[in-house]
Amino acid sequence: MTVAELINKDIFKVLVEGEETSADISKVFCCDLLSIAMSRASAGCAWVTVMGNINTLAVATLTDAACIILAEGIDLDDAALLKAKEEGITVLQTELPVFEAALAVHELLV
Amino acid sequence: MSDALKFTYEISGDDFTRAGEASGDAKRKLKQLGISPEAVRKVAIAMYEGEINMVIHADGGKIDVIITPEAITMILADKGPGIKDIEKAMQAGYSTAPDNIRALGFGAGMGLPNMKKYSDEMDIQTEIGVGTTVTMKVFI
Repeated sequence: MTVAELINKDIFKVLVEGEETSADISKVFCCDLLSIAMSRASAGCAWVTVMGNINTLAVATLTDAACIILAEGIDLDDAALLKAKEEGITVLQTELPVFEAALAVHELLV
Repeated sequence: MSDALKFTYEISGDDFTRAGEASGDAKRKLKQLGISPEAVRKVAIAMYEGEINMVIHADGGKIDVIITPEAITMILADKGPGIKDIEKAMQAGYSTAPDNIRALGFGAGMGLPNMKKYSDEMDIQTEIGVGTTVTMKVFI
């Protein structure tokens, strides 16, 4: 499933539609501690987190995450929103808790 | 070393809106140079952790990235407070980061352990009150 296909499922609200929406989502990854995310998030993952600050965007860029999904209704702060647009990173949002959000994506992948 | 390529980054202290910019830029340049994705990922992770450490603990500093046909060397030099107990700092989970840093998702005590894990060689020179220089090498 590509990022664009995930967007089209209308499960998540689109905060930023990135540049590489044709990228395949390889797996789902959940983590809020950025140092752990940095070393564990694999390229092409859909990263579910409740951290919506600018450093989340930096980690997503450096790990080549396919997209970020903010759970629990968490929003990007202004600096992070600007950074996501600049870097062309897709950021989605949901009111669902982390596990349910991740499960929803996982079920679409299997 | 005549065919070495070098990039230098000035890291500003306490500026989390820019933290990660140097690592992001280095990553892009290494990709453009055709360095393997595995080596690029290792450099990106190790350098980002070092960059964040400089912002959190040392009021910024300077990073040199030197690329030769054999390896990518990152030299991170700061004039911060120095590391009191390197052995403790190297332990996963040990952190001296303040609460406001933890609230941003850092301070998990994974910085130096990640830097060691993702570089092939790492050396730390530190002096209390003078600063710290971390040299990391990733072979390509």
